[in-house]
Amino acid sequence: MNYQFNWSVLWSGQSGGWLLRGLGTTLALSGLAWLVAVALGIVSGAMRTVPWKPLRVVATFYVEFFRNVPLLVWMFFWYFGVPPLLPLAIREWLFDHGAEFWAGMFALGVYHGARMSEVIRSGIQSIPKTQFEAAVAIGLTTFQAYRLVIVPIALRLIVPPATSESLNLLKNSSVALTISVAELTFQTRQIETYTARAIEALTAGTVIYLGLCVGIATIMAHVERRFAIPGLIARGG
Amino acid sequence: MTDTVIEFRDVNKWFGNIHVLRDINLAVEMGEVVVVCGPSGSGKSTLIRCVNALEPIQGGELVVLGESLTKPGVNLPALRTRVGMVFQSFNLFPHMTVLENIMLAPVKVRGLSAAEASRVARALLERVRIPDKAENYPANLSGGQQQRVAIARALAMQPKIMLFDEPTSALDPEMINEVLDVMTDLARDGMTMMVVTHEMGFARRVAHRIVFMDAGQVVEEAPPDLFFAAAKSDRAREFLSKILTH
Repeated sequence: MNYQFNWSVLWSGQSGGWLLRGLGTTLALSGLAWLVAVALGIVSGAMRTVPWKPLRVVATFYVEFFRNVPLLVWMFFWYFGVPPLLPLAIREWLFDHGAEFWAGMFALGVYHGARMSEVIRSGIQSIPKTQFEAAVAIGLTTFQAYRLVIVPIALRLIVPPATSESLNLLKNSSVALTISVAELTFQTRQIETYTARAIEALTAGTVIYLGLCVGIATIMAHVERRFAIPGLIARGG
Repeated sequence: MTDTVIEFRDVNKWFGNIHVLRDINLAVEMGEVVVVCGPSGSGKSTLIRCVNALEPIQGGELVVLGESLTKPGVNLPALRTRVGMVFQSFNLFPHMTVLENIMLAPVKVRGLSAAEASRVARALLERVRIPDKAENYPANLSGGQQQRVAIARALAMQPKIMLFDEPTSALDPEMINEVLDVMTDLARDGMTMMVVTHEMGFARRVAHRIVFMDAGQVVEEAPPDLFFAAAKSDRAREFLSKILTH
């Protein structure tokens, strides 16, 4: 092997700034999309378990529609498909203010919301029905029973699969490069293009993604311990 | 003057094709303690679960505290604040402390301040004789203690009626009495109670009336001394011979 590594391409010239800006965009894109995904996931996951069919139908439609179309297609849909449907003024404002970012954020949020929904539904369905009965028997409405008892218990039960789903969301944010969001993968490609140093550029991207994911997993493990329900099977001792 | 607080009028209920309650006619007066007994599958749990509308009925009428549960638009959450329920499996909220379990409905439904609700909750814990467990989580309590917290949680809404669905069936023998003692206190204080139980000693001492059910029907109603000494129906005598002789 006679490849000469030249790691300095990562911080010489504009590379360092590109990487940092890419990292910032990835974090903003993923963070906002995560909030959308969790909100949609909790609402639709809970709706799929309520004793009222119209709500279940709406939530089921959302989940099956959004999780069964590839994320890439959603990115294109929100970026190329939706803006022409908007009034001209809003469209112009959007394209002046990073339309690709918002399209990518929505695509990522609603796609992962549908997947998060299933995680939350499985958490709710693992709670005995008698918990819900006890909650309404003291006078809570169905909405209050979900908000104060059922969902808080379910969220504590689903931290491990929700963590995996959150990491998938972060990694899938890289798909947004296809609609030219200048996120981390976009920037590593750019460094590669400018320096012809593929291994160095992609290694930087890999290490940064790895670091982010391990960091998030560590935080979530802490959250899991902090909010564990006393009396349930804990992590091995 | 007597006040009828629960009235079943020709109530019928099905689970799918299974006819679980057949033409039930039954009235409970204010301050009365009614024990419902009968073989398993006789419909006794279903009967009391209808009273706070955890189970809907398909025929007849059920009037609780002056409200017909079959009337369209009946406000079930409001009704349930006036009808407390204690379950066989305790059903405390596992992610909340004992105190939080008891305070939840007073704060969220009645709008009490946290300080006021906490004062009420601590007084109730005194009443069920576990004042020192306020900060514990349900998982760290014995079954008998959990069930007494469940009673306190129901009482926190100051209900007019208390329903007990086999409250001691999931308990070890030595814990049954601590729960029955609390229930006996409650009955002595004049609470209207419907109790599904196999504890015939409790029924004999505390109940004003025994309702015996079999196959979805009320077979017999009698004051306890009469019921235990001379049940009229064969089915009740057979049931008693099985549960009183072990």
